[in-house]
Formats: sequence, structure tokens, C-alpha cells
Amino acid sequence: MLTEILIELLQLLIVMFGSPLLVGVIRKAKARLQGRRGASVLQPYADIRKLFLKEVVVSENTSWIFRFTPYLLGTTMLLSALIVPALTTRAPLSFMGNIIALMYLLLLGTFFLALAGLDAGSAFGGMGSSREVAVAALAEPTVLIAIFGIALRAGTTSLDGIITRFAAEPLLMLNAGHLLAFFAFFIVALAENGRLPVDNPATHLELTMIHEAMILEYSGSLLALVEWAAAMKLFLFLTLLSNLFFPWGVALTNTPGALVTAFLALAVKLLLFAGAIALVETSVAKLRLFRVPELLAGSFTVALLAVVTAFFIK
Amino acid sequence: MNAMIIDSTMLLLFDATLACFSMGALGALITARSPALARVVGHIGALLGAIAALTFGLGGLAGGSMQMSIPDLLPIGGAVFAVDRLSAFFVVVIAVGAIPAALYAIGYTREYAGKHSLAGMGFAFNVFVTAMILVPLARNVLSFLALWELMSLASYFLVITEHEREETLRDGWVYFVMTHAGFAALLVGFLLLARATGTMSFTEWGVAAGKLDATSRNLIFILFALGFGSKAGIIPLHVWLPRAHPAAPSHVSALMSGVMIKLGVYGLLRVAFDWLGAGPLWWGATILIVGAISGVLGVLYALVDADLKRLLAYSSVENIGIIMLGLGAAMLFQTFNLPGLAALALVAALFHTFNHAAFKSLLFMGAGAVLHATHTRNMEELGGLIKRMPQSAVFFLVGSLAIAALPPFNGFISEWLTFQSLLLSFQISAPTVNLIFALGVAALALTSGLAAACFVRAFGITFLALPRSEPAALAREVAWTMRAAMALLALACVALGVAPFVILAPLEATVSDLIGGHADMHFDWNAVVANDGFGWVAPLWIALGLLAFLMAIPLALRLMGVNKRWRYYETWGCGRALQTARFEYTATAFANPFRRVFALLYRPVKELDIEFHPESRYFVHTIVYYNEGRSVFEDTLYRPLLRLIQALARAARGLQSGNVHSYLVYILVALVALLILTV
Repeated sequence: MLTEILIELLQLLIVMFGSPLLVGVIRKAKARLQGRRGASVLQPYADIRKLFLKEVVVSENTSWIFRFTPYLLGTTMLLSALIVPALTTRAPLSFMGNIIALMYLLLLGTFFLALAGLDAGSAFGGMGSSREVAVAALAEPTVLIAIFGIALRAGTTSLDGIITRFAAEPLLMLNAGHLLAFFAFFIVALAENGRLPVDNPATHLELTMIHEAMILEYSGSLLALVEWAAAMKLFLFLTLLSNLFFPWGVALTNTPGALVTAFLALAVKLLLFAGAIALVETSVAKLRLFRVPELLAGSFTVALLAVVTAFFIK
Repeated sequence: MNAMIIDSTMLLLFDATLACFSMGALGALITARSPALARVVGHIGALLGAIAALTFGLGGLAGGSMQMSIPDLLPIGGAVFAVDRLSAFFVVVIAVGAIPAALYAIGYTREYAGKHSLAGMGFAFNVFVTAMILVPLARNVLSFLALWELMSLASYFLVITEHEREETLRDGWVYFVMTHAGFAALLVGFLLLARATGTMSFTEWGVAAGKLDATSRNLIFILFALGFGSKAGIIPLHVWLPRAHPAAPSHVSALMSGVMIKLGVYGLLRVAFDWLGAGPLWWGATILIVGAISGVLGVLYALVDADLKRLLAYSSVENIGIIMLGLGAAMLFQTFNLPGLAALALVAALFHTFNHAAFKSLLFMGAGAVLHATHTRNMEELGGLIKRMPQSAVFFLVGSLAIAALPPFNGFISEWLTFQSLLLSFQISAPTVNLIFALGVAALALTSGLAAACFVRAFGITFLALPRSEPAALAREVAWTMRAAMALLALACVALGVAPFVILAPLEATVSDLIGGHADMHFDWNAVVANDGFGWVAPLWIALGLLAFLMAIPLALRLMGVNKRWRYYETWGCGRALQTARFEYTATAFANPFRRVFALLYRPVKELDIEFHPESRYFVHTIVYYNEGRSVFEDTLYRPLLRLIQALARAARGLQSGNVHSYLVYILVALVALLILTV
């Protein structure tokens, strides 16, 4: 019983404290690829700490929803951290939901963040909210069809079950459909987390923003929570990509040796994904806003192909 | 002995229901002189009747039965009523919609005093709800049709309450015509089935329908699908929904959208699983595809609408689409002999039926509260209402979260179940069917995402930021009866989201009665598990987890010693001098990405008129931007049909010569023809 609680706590702490590091690594990798030295990988920690120490300025136009949303975002991310099998498939609270429930939990955060963007009464916030929900809505079919594709091969939609099945029978993953599902899921991860080519997280031009425009009015500890939650979301998506599609290393039992291996394996996989994202962000330009649906439609077609191959190629 | 006690209690409750509604109806008419009294008496009668109906329905779900026949009331078999679990479930749905609606109406209809007859409204309301409650209980053709027609008529009169507005009359007329077109299809379907099986009684059809040949079964199915589908509001038979529901007073809209359209679902359930039995593949596939299309198109139309109530009406089309997805899936599973999965899909569809009744009624009541306070439904004139009407705002938010299928609310569980049943279709091994299911999953996912976007817009523009007009700035919170009704429904949404097992147990029993097999799921207070581990979710734990973290995070931050200083200041303006409501995002702008992406569907007609200052083209005097989406269905389907009918009518005018002698000849010819045909 105690070990179970400790394991959940460990997973939670890894997500909480690993996510700013992940963001830092991506930024550093981008900087290097662009020929700069870049800030230290620990810079996001310093940023969050600085924000927590600053005063909070809240617009007079806002309501309780504005002040509530950062806490809700943190809540949904931490709850998701309990469900996503970062280290082990035997986390005691992972029964709370399968992958579909996870997607809806993340959508809850997006819903409130979009409301908060509208709350301040600024045109930028409204614009950000409008674009964010459009991207989220158009990415939903891709996510769920990719999940369908994975679930077809694994025979279950439970995250633990998928990883256990694929780890036990790696040959199940050796087909075109699985690769297509991975590709579609990767595009969705970029879209949902506001990464190039969908959204530039480092832009200063409000009219090009999607996620950043929604959170323009936030400051102080509220902004810290929002930024942290965004980092955790990215961490969770990459963890899903790593562990669902490359399940080697994930602890199938809760022994200390397995957990340490799982931690190292996760670190390596996340590092590789961080590098991949940095590479993608450096090589492509941001898409025009109304080209993003085309990208998402393309990834949807890819996901649908993944499902169709599962039916026709047994 | 126990069964007898229950059965006599059921009969008592049935009589009590009818008695309360009659008293409400008559009481409203008697107290016509005093509008306040008519309002209260009429709706309290309806409230009591609905409570009795709820108890009756719950008794039916627990297994109680009832039979009542009044032979002389109607020809060919009389009026026959009986209850089984499915009928009881729908009675519960209706009651759950009617109780808050009646309570709400007490406060809401106050503003009609002096302008419209409150006695008439009270009377029609009672007749409407009674007819709706009796429809699922009817057990022969004429009782069903008589009550169906009574329901349509009563709702028509309620829809045209505000008949001083011309659009209301036109919208009511469209509703009237569509509902009778559906009625015609139902009539032909019922009569064909009755003639083929030799009996007018529903209970005997299940067995007798096996004797029918394939063509007549298909024809009857199509007729029923058209008739019940038009009541449910599937695309393309939905055109009356976005006209009638906004035009009606809000408590009536709540009932029509939340409850009346579910009777179309009831009819289709009876047809597919009781009267006609398992059918060929294309029945289930058609319903599934129609559901997918209705879901996506319904929400797409809702997304671009700036009229709050019409948005909610289109959203009802969307949710009926989701219910049809579950229904079609169940029919397909039935065809492929997978009763466990069929039952699972039906549980999902029925649960969503109940949930939609709850949160759609809540949303319409919220919209009614907004309308009551600001006298406008146009979202472009609203805003900032969360500060003026804080409680109504919270209730509307709960409704929005529930309809967007977000945890920990009830919509999440029913959509989750629908997803699970669609995903489990891999157990069928027919590639075309698998593809249809896959597209169904994609459609449901798209619908779900778009619904979340739609309600971010609906809640955000209406309630948040600054008021966009004077009436919105002066809005006040509404009467306690209206708020109490909304609170009841909001509580139901939360309760069912956290403890769905409460309703899943009777639902599962209902469905296994209908299908004859248990649903491929198990559930308890802890979790809901589909197909022995294919998927699971633990709603109570999710809710507890959310609550725990919501309390833990601020506590942790305080312990860590973060800066607690707050300052209120204006919204950042990028250098502008002042902030007015004109700087906010509008509802039209919010929907713009969707309007562009789905332009093929909307076919927007854009007009931009810029009037420059007479002295210089550098200064703009006025800008008029006109962007109207045209309804594809009205243009391509209904108008040509109407033109055809009008052409035929014009041609037939030639027969009306005004000469009595030719009319006598017509009668003679018709009589001779009938005699030849029948003899």
C-alpha cells in the first residue's frame, strides 16, 4: 500500500519537475540548431520561480473564471499525471480512466482556458480562444482515430493494457498502420501543445499567436501555473508518444530495479523526442492559420489509413 | 402479493398523474380572470402531475406493471395503455424535463401577463405534458396516433404564444407542416404494419412481424424512420427545429428540445427492437450514418449562429445525432448477432437521451433567464452577465460543461460509453461495416470537439467580459423559481456525472428486456468497465481527484510562500486610450475559423458596404458587414419540393370549375372507383 502511494507520488513529481526541464531542453536544442548558445536548460525553473514571486495584476473586466482557470489547469494536468503511465504500468490510480477519458480531461483544461481568454474583454484574448478551440476541435478526430488504431492492435483502450501488450508482443507494432498512427499522433501533439508548425511558442506578434494570446492577461503566480501546466501537457503528450509506441523500459512490475530502468528509459526517450521537436521547429515555418486545418485533415487521413490497414491487413 | 401491491400502486400513480394534470389544465382555465393565479395554478398542477409521473416511471423501471384499456374512447380497439421498462424509462425522462420546466414557468411566464392568455398557456402546457407522458404508454395504433397528434397540437399553440411577431407565426407554421408530414408517414407506416400483421395492438407485433416479406418490412421501416426521424430532428428533416424552438417561450423550448424530440427516439427504438425485429444491414448502417451527419452538421450550424436559442436548437440536432450513432450501432450489432455489444450501445444511447434531457433543458432555461433579464437572444448584444446574474451564469456553465462532454459531468459518461461501443465494433469482421464504424468514431470525435468550441463561444460571449449593450448592462438576476429549476437540473448533471451507476442499473435492466441479453459492461459505485477491460473509467475518483487537487494547489502555493499581492487594473490595450465593449471579440468573429474551414457547407453570402466621409476617403463613416449563412437543406431540398407541390396544386386548380354539376360527377366517379377497388 505504501509503495503504491510512493510510486504514484514519484510519477507525479517526475511530471511536475521534469516538465520545465523538458521545455528547457527543447529551447536549448533549438538554440543550438539556430547557431546560438541559448539559455541554460534550467531557465524555465527560474522563470516559474520568478513569476511566483511577482505580484498578480488582474483585469477589472474579468470574473471568477479568470482566477479559477490556472488552478483548474494545474489540477487537470496533475490528475492526468496520475493516469499516464510514465514509469510503470502498475500505478494504483491508473484505473481512473483510459486514454479516451484522458483526452477529455485535457479538453476540460482547454475549455476553461478558452473562457479565460474571453474573460478579460480584449480582442487578443478572444482571438486566441477562437483559434485554440478551432485547432482543438479539428484535432479531436485525429486523436480518437489514432487511439482506435492503437486499440485495435492492442485489444484494449486502457493505457496500461496497451503498453503491456506491446511490450510483450513487439511484433504487433511492426506494421505500416502503427507507424501511421504514430505519425498522426505526433502531429496532434504538436498542434495541441502549440508548437510549430501550428503555433510558435516564442512569438511576440499577437496576431500570430494562438496559445500565447489566450494567456496574455495572466501575470504572477497565475501565469506561473498556466505556463507550468502547458509544460506538463507537453511532457504528458511526449510521454504518451514514448511509452505507447516505444514501450521498452516501462516498468511492468513495481520493483526498484524496474523503476530505475523505467526512469532512465523515459529520460532517454524524452530527450530524443525533445530533439525531434527542436528539429521540426527549426526546419519548418509556422503555417498560415487557415492552412492548419489542412495539416490536421492530412493527419486525420493518415490516422484513418492506420485504422483501415488494421481491418484489411490482419 | 408484493407484485399486486406494486401494480395497484402503479395504477394509482397513473390515475394521480392524469388527475393532477387535468386539475392543472382546468384550474388554469377557471382562474383565467387572474393571470397570476392562472400562472401558479396551471403550473403547480403540472408540477404535481410530473412528480406523480416520475414516481410512476421509477416504479415501472423497478418492475411494476400496469394495464388500462378504455374500449369506447377511440375506435378500433379503444385506448390501451400499459407500461414496460422502456416506456417507464421514457416517462422518467419526460418527468425529469417537466418538473423543472413547470417550476421554471411559474416565474418565467410572469412577463406574459396582460399580453397573452396565461390561462391558455397553462392549459396547453398541461395538455402537452400529459400527451407526452401517455405516448410511450400507448399500446395500440390509434391511442398512439391520437396522443402524438395531441402532443403536436398542444406544442404548436405553445410555440406561437408570441404571435404578435410575424416570424413566430411563420416558424410555427413550418413546425406545423413538418410535424404533420411526419404524422402522415407514421400513419401510413402504422396502417401498413397493422394490415400485414392483422392486429392494431403493439404487443402482438413483435411476434407477428416475422411473417412480413422483406419489401414491406423495408417500406414500413423507411416510413417509420421518416416519421419518427422528423420528430427527433435528424438531418435533413430538422428544418423545423431551429425555427420552432427559439420561437417558443423558454420553458416550452426546454420541453420540446429536451423531451419531445426524444419521443422520436422512443419510436425508432420500438420499431427497430420491438415491432419489426432485427432487420437487414442497411437499416442500422443508415441510422448510424444519419446520426453521424446530424451530429456534425448540427453542431456546425450551431457554431455560427448568434441567436442563443437557435444555437441551442441546432445543438439538439447534434445530440440526436449522437443518440442515433448509438442506436445505429446497436442495430448493426444486433444484425451481426452480438447482443452484448448491442445492449452496450443502447445503454449509451439511452443514457445520452436522459443526459440530453437534463442539460439541454438546463441550457434553454439559462437562455430563457438571459432573455428574461435582457430581452434579447442576440449574443452580439450580450456580455458581462456573469457579474449581473452570477447564479444563472453558474447553471449555464454547468450545462455547457455537461453538453461538451467534459468530466466530471454526465455528458462525459454517455459519450464515453458511445465511444466504447463504437470502438468495440472490431468484433464484427466485415470490412465495409468496420469502415462505417470508424467514420462514426471520427464523426463523434469531431462533433465532440466542435460542441466544446460552440459552448465556449455560447457561454463566453454571453456571460463574460463587458456588456455589449445597455440591456445587458442593466440585467438583473431572475426569480427564485427559475433559479431553483435550473439548480435541480444542474445538480442532476453533476450527480449523474459522479455516480452514473445510479441510472446505469435501471438502464441495463431496460435494455436487457428489449434485446434479451445483458450489456457487455459492468459497473458499480467505483468504476464503469466496458467489455471486461477494453476500457474503463472511474467517475467518482476523477471527481474526487479534481476536488483534491483544486484544494491542494492553492494550499501548497501558500505554504511555499508565493507572492499574495493582487492588483486590479485595466485590460492590456496595446496602447489604446480606453476600453469599451467594442474592443471585445464578437460571436461572429469567434466562429470565423469554422466559417472559413467549413465554407463549403455554410455557403456564406458576404456583403461589405463601406461609406466614406464625404470630405475624405481616409475617414470611414459607416461599415455594414453582412454575412449570412444560407441553409443548404432549405435551399436544395425543401424549396424545390415546395415548388413542385405548388405546381401540382396549380395544375389541380383546373378541376375546380365552380360548377356544381361537375363536382357531382367527380363524387360519382370516386364512389364507383372505390366500389370497384374494394369489391
